[in-house]
Amino acid sequence: MIDKKWIGYTGPEVRFDIERGRLKFFAQAIGESNPIYLDQGAAQAAGYRDLPVPPTFLLAADLDSNELFSTLAKMGVSLGKILHGEQGYTYHQPVCAGETVTVCSRISDIYDKKGGALEFIVRDSRVTNASGELAAEFRSVIVVRN
Amino acid sequence: MVEQNIVVNVGDAIPELKLPPVTRTTLALFAGASGDHNPIHIDIDFARKAGMPDVFAHGMLSMAWLGRLLTAWVPQSQLRTWSVRFLGITHLGDRVTCGGRVLEIFEENGERRARLEIQTSNQEGEVKIAGEAVVCLP
Repeated sequence: MIDKKWIGYTGPEVRFDIERGRLKFFAQAIGESNPIYLDQGAAQAAGYRDLPVPPTFLLAADLDSNELFSTLAKMGVSLGKILHGEQGYTYHQPVCAGETVTVCSRISDIYDKKGGALEFIVRDSRVTNASGELAAEFRSVIVVRN
Repeated sequence: MVEQNIVVNVGDAIPELKLPPVTRTTLALFAGASGDHNPIHIDIDFARKAGMPDVFAHGMLSMAWLGRLLTAWVPQSQLRTWSVRFLGITHLGDRVTCGGRVLEIFEENGERRARLEIQTSNQEGEVKIAGEAVVCLP
């Protein structure tokens, strides 16, 4: 069982550069063909400063830093035992290529079901832009199969 | 895309998005692009040691496809909040269909908004991901 002392743990702030090439790679990997996600001119014609990050991309800012996986390792959770339970996003400001964002994540709850056979880790992340404005929030629920 | 002058009604379906079958290549590319390098999705040896018969799709790949469903229907700047629950594993070879419909139209923060239910299902019709999204209407 995961030590409940981890509830409330806030990880270090991680910085992530939103790179145009990475956004194009992501768009291609998910089969996105809308030019606003692939072509700078099309994005600007649609009113964006540059290629916008697609709706789910910001989790990459978190995963690239390895902060999540290293926290799970410290909690004693093996990557082979986890499944994604839930994921949600709330948006406040658009985020585009060329920006640097900061992500800060907190473990807000840990609970179990089925007598501990399944444990749930709830993690809330806040994404701020270079101006310090809250750009997006996301919540991840990770399921551990014991 | 919803045009400015088109009326959106409760019960309206969002045009479906049908994806090609999930391949190992899809998963390898998504691992690199998304930053999710968990070997359970790309390394069959690791997956078998973890008790799974084979690698399986990232839940976030299907959520990204749901993102495409939404942004094909309204511009991304109109997407306010959304969340999904991952109900079942999407396997290699699965042909995923994304769909949804309008549950409610309401006013919030001075905007006319729609609450949508969204889901992915495989070729057997098994729902793999279900959730809700709130979008601002023109």
